[in-house]
Amino acid sequence: MGNDFFSMRGIVKQYQMGDEVQTILKGIDLDIREGEFLSILGPSGSGKSTLMNIIGCLDTPTAGEYTLHGRVIRDLDQKELAHIRSREIGFIFQQFQLLPRLDALKNVELPLVYAGVPPKERTRRAQEMLVRVGLKDRMHHYQNQLSGGQQQRVAIARALATNPTLLLADEPTGALDQATGEQVMGLFRELNAEGRTIIMITHDLKIARHATRIVNILDGVLTEGVSAFD
Amino acid sequence: MENVSMSVSNIAGNKMRTFLTTLGIIIGVGAIIALMTVVQGATDTMNAQFDAMGLGTLRISVTGTDIKRGLTDANLEQLLACDHVAGISPSLNATVTARRGDAWSDRIMVSGNNDEYFRHNADLLARGRAINALDVSSQSRVCLVDGGAARTLFFGEDPMGQTLYLGGFEYTVVGTINEDEDSSLFSQILLGGNTDGTVYVPYTSAKKMAGTSTVDTVEVYVTDPDDTDAAVEEMEAVLDAIFNYKEDTYTIINMESMTEAMNLMTSMMMSLLVGIASIALVVGGIGIMNMMLVTVTERTTEIGLRKALGAEPGQIQMQFLIEAIILSLLGGVIGVLVGVTISYVICVNTDITFSLNTFAIGLGVSFSAAVGIIFGWAPARKASNLNPIDALRSM
Repeated sequence: MGNDFFSMRGIVKQYQMGDEVQTILKGIDLDIREGEFLSILGPSGSGKSTLMNIIGCLDTPTAGEYTLHGRVIRDLDQKELAHIRSREIGFIFQQFQLLPRLDALKNVELPLVYAGVPPKERTRRAQEMLVRVGLKDRMHHYQNQLSGGQQQRVAIARALATNPTLLLADEPTGALDQATGEQVMGLFRELNAEGRTIIMITHDLKIARHATRIVNILDGVLTEGVSAFD
Repeated sequence: MENVSMSVSNIAGNKMRTFLTTLGIIIGVGAIIALMTVVQGATDTMNAQFDAMGLGTLRISVTGTDIKRGLTDANLEQLLACDHVAGISPSLNATVTARRGDAWSDRIMVSGNNDEYFRHNADLLARGRAINALDVSSQSRVCLVDGGAARTLFFGEDPMGQTLYLGGFEYTVVGTINEDEDSSLFSQILLGGNTDGTVYVPYTSAKKMAGTSTVDTVEVYVTDPDDTDAAVEEMEAVLDAIFNYKEDTYTIINMESMTEAMNLMTSMMMSLLVGIASIALVVGGIGIMNMMLVTVTERTTEIGLRKALGAEPGQIQMQFLIEAIILSLLGGVIGVLVGVTISYVICVNTDITFSLNTFAIGLGVSFSAAVGIIFGWAPARKASNLNPIDALRSM
């Protein structure tokens, strides 16, 4: 039934809100195969950010079982979670989150620093990734010298740098205009075609449709397909 | 390494803020170094002058009693007979009127000494000859003049071989006194600065000039500086017997114990001053802590991002700790430069010997590093404990 690559069973997440306990995720079951491009579609407040945090090992579930790449993510401390993030997950954020004081190359090298890759190898891999996302000429540009689309490409290169098990994108086109957003989605499809597993969280059905599979989250419950939106 | 270069770029990116933050440390370290260097320099200078007086030298100063105002020649023999005494130099100082041709002054200090005195203060003699044993025993009318006396009485002339009148007696100049030595702090204090110069004569001649048969000051040269305490005891025994065990008839000034007392005093003063300056350092540390807390809050998103990219809490903590240490070390190094400059200026303007106090510099730098660690710890800890989700959401 379950698979070792990515499986979630009965994931529950509760937060203490004053005296009340709020249940954000109400028993999520989700399996993903290697090489899939999955969109998690949901409106704001549906629990999709919380789900993303758990998938990204930024947070641990209150109950349930989450297995990623053969590892059960449960009762791990901050250091162990950091270790998994470093090796298994490449994050792509809505606001790109580049460090303004570093140029594009140094930004891409950053996760490799934390993964303990030696400096020369770091630079080589970062350059390779920037070439891959089409920013060969922009390696030493800073955030304020890059367009939104270029910034997101740097962020994608950064997510790819450690060669992670899965790419986790949170509204990757949310801060981009439509044309640029389409370009970024094109890049996502290319990466998926190369065998990358991608999980994308979005509230935009049009963007979600770029994926090979869509799941829908509403009020902390996950359903297959886009029924709630149709 | 990455941490260091990141920290440097963060610190360099905010130059004004960095400067203001480190100002407390700069002031603290600068004050510590300036104080320590100046106090140390002053102590060294004073010690050097004490040493110039000679270790193993005791100075007996007699006030005497109504019937016995000073020490007679027989008393001096008694002192010289002590086991630990190598030699004594009785001296008699008086202000007299000196005249030579048309030039005269009533503020000439006559210092009566013996041959032993010049033997122990060999640097005194500039030219000519010193007072010898024969001069002393025959009360000869010979003298040595110092720079002040030479200027007053022999202006524009060579005093050597000339004659002058001291209190009515004719004296022949046989030598001159080295001016540097004569203007030392101690002769200023002991002889009083308010004279036109000093003329050295045999103390026997001085006694005659002053119409007295006793001397009130004796320098005692101890056989070995280690025996100083024993010599003091011997002196006390002899002097008590001479003055019938009356109190406050004499004082024995031991240069060594004076040096010790003074060193104790200056080291206490130094601790006090450094203690006060340390308060500035603590205040500076609080400034750094405040600044680091602001930085952590400002860079919440960055911290979240770094964590998402796989930074362990320890790595985040280390980054901010290093930033705090670099910040305070920067302040420390600038403080060292400021402190050294200030103390150099002070020393140059006050005739204190300037020497780099490496201990003070080491103390200042390590203090500032310690301040960085202590006051950087809490903000760094706060940064490392930030929840990456909260951190990223705050964007």
